Amino acid sequence: MIAEAVLKPGGDAATALYIVAFSLFIFGVKQGTHPTTAKRGNLIAAAGMVVAVVTTLLLDGIGNWGLIVLGLAIGSAVGFVASIRVQMTAMPQMVALYNGVGGGAVALIAWSEIRHGISLGGDIPLEELIPTLFAAVVGSVSFWGSNIAFAKLQDLIPTRPLSVPGQQVINGALLVAVVAACVDIAVNNGDPSQALFIGILVAAAVLGNLVVLPIGGADMPVVISLLNAFTGLSAAAAGFALHNVALIVAGTLVGSSGTILTLEMATAMNRSVANILFAGFGGAPAGGAGGVGEERPHTSIGPQDAAIKLAYADSVVIVPGYGLAVAQAQHAIKEVADALEKRGVTVNYAIHPVAGRMPGHMNVLLAEADVPYEQLKEMEEINPELPRTDVAVVVGANDVTNPAAKNDPDSPIAGMPIIEVSEANEVIVIKRSLSPGFAGIDNDLFYEPNTSMLFSDAKAAAGEIAAEIQNL
Amino acid sequence: MSVMTEVTIFVLAAFVGFEVISKVPTTLHTPLMSQTNAIHGIVMLGGLIVVGYANDPLEYVIGTIAIAFGTINVVGGFMVTDRMLGMFARKPKPKPKAEGKAGK
Repeated sequence: MIAEAVLKPGGDAATALYIVAFSLFIFGVKQGTHPTTAKRGNLIAAAGMVVAVVTTLLLDGIGNWGLIVLGLAIGSAVGFVASIRVQMTAMPQMVALYNGVGGGAVALIAWSEIRHGISLGGDIPLEELIPTLFAAVVGSVSFWGSNIAFAKLQDLIPTRPLSVPGQQVINGALLVAVVAACVDIAVNNGDPSQALFIGILVAAAVLGNLVVLPIGGADMPVVISLLNAFTGLSAAAAGFALHNVALIVAGTLVGSSGTILTLEMATAMNRSVANILFAGFGGAPAGGAGGVGEERPHTSIGPQDAAIKLAYADSVVIVPGYGLAVAQAQHAIKEVADALEKRGVTVNYAIHPVAGRMPGHMNVLLAEADVPYEQLKEMEEINPELPRTDVAVVVGANDVTNPAAKNDPDSPIAGMPIIEVSEANEVIVIKRSLSPGFAGIDNDLFYEPNTSMLFSDAKAAAGEIAAEIQNL
Repeated sequence: MSVMTEVTIFVLAAFVGFEVISKVPTTLHTPLMSQTNAIHGIVMLGGLIVVGYANDPLEYVIGTIAIAFGTINVVGGFMVTDRMLGMFARKPKPKPKAEGKAGK
């Protein structure tokens, strides 16, 4: 290529350009934390990536251009098409898939580093070998774990927790075996065994599958976020192996910020990360939720009654949840809101921090349906408004509205922040049945005297209600 | 670069990550996760280095797949984040109000 412009690997010029690249990453992420600058922040980070890639391509001695162009072309084409075609509701699994290929790339790079070391006569220094082994294990776990997460969210495999007897023992044994094999390679670093290394990749792959399979679909966002942080760390480890400062900083940045994000999500769901990973939710319904099966008195209404209640209200708060995302009812709900606003009703949306399939996912879905940003109220903002609200409509949300979180200290969800819909004058709950939500516990809200249940699919119900309001 | 210099960079970068992410409105959690997800696609550099210096058929294959995987992670990640954030952009109101351009 440009023979004059080549950069010495590890030289000052290359390092300086990598510093520019990771500064743009840090600045881009910082900008990504504010609504007004987020879009720019993403572009800034992308610009950093361009700098990093071009710098690497200019390194002295880089060859095999045909293969490099081939890899770049395939990757760009697949990434481009997939990101254009994905539905907004399918965003979480798309992120899982992108995360998975990132982890896969790390594992492959680690493999090739080991091969390279062996071809040079073994004797890989420990400060390169240990990060390489770490990258291989974590990358492989992340690749397979993310693929399972994708398959579950995409309904390719059942979203319910799948586990085999003695799961924890098998996982533990696999982990011990992987660590032991890593130690063996590290001890024999004069002559590492490639066969054993491939065995590590395979064992880590099985582990990635087994860890994610028992986790239910609703916990998947936390898992994806955790795997995102893991992939970041494994990229940093690859950076140690390759002595590449851009990889170290960018990977670590993602590892630590991803960890914070994971903890925030888990807190908002009132779950601990350890609980999600090792409990296999639903398998152990914490605190015997007595009374399951016995019918408690509740009020059931149809779309027409709901339309009348809404049309003659002054203020309505819509509480969307997971069910709305699953039913893809965001456009239908927007129609209801439009019909109400035409009659002069004030409509707001109450967004619980974990509504949807990921924190912030609901905001994206409603924004896609053209719901004005100003109508989206966060939980802290809407709760004081609810006592002055005429009708609260709960669409496909359950646990996040359960008053037991506030009133019953023995409840498994005690202490979880909720949207206090029972404070509103009237509550309409659109839901398929009285069945308990994700937490596996009964929702007292359904049996309160001011609550009416509308048993239906969220999308169908919203469509009918909108039509009824227009006919009034 | 000595290994301890690299460890120093690692620890400082970890603190930067913790600091930079604090106090994020929930609305931005998903886009931000997606953006950081794209950033770890930086591993594609590793693929470029592997292929760029490889001289063995299996390494060609492994490295090229690694480049393709990393590039999917980068291109898809940034583009999907951009699409998500585009949803929040203020849309032109249907009202025929002659709005003066508020751009700078």
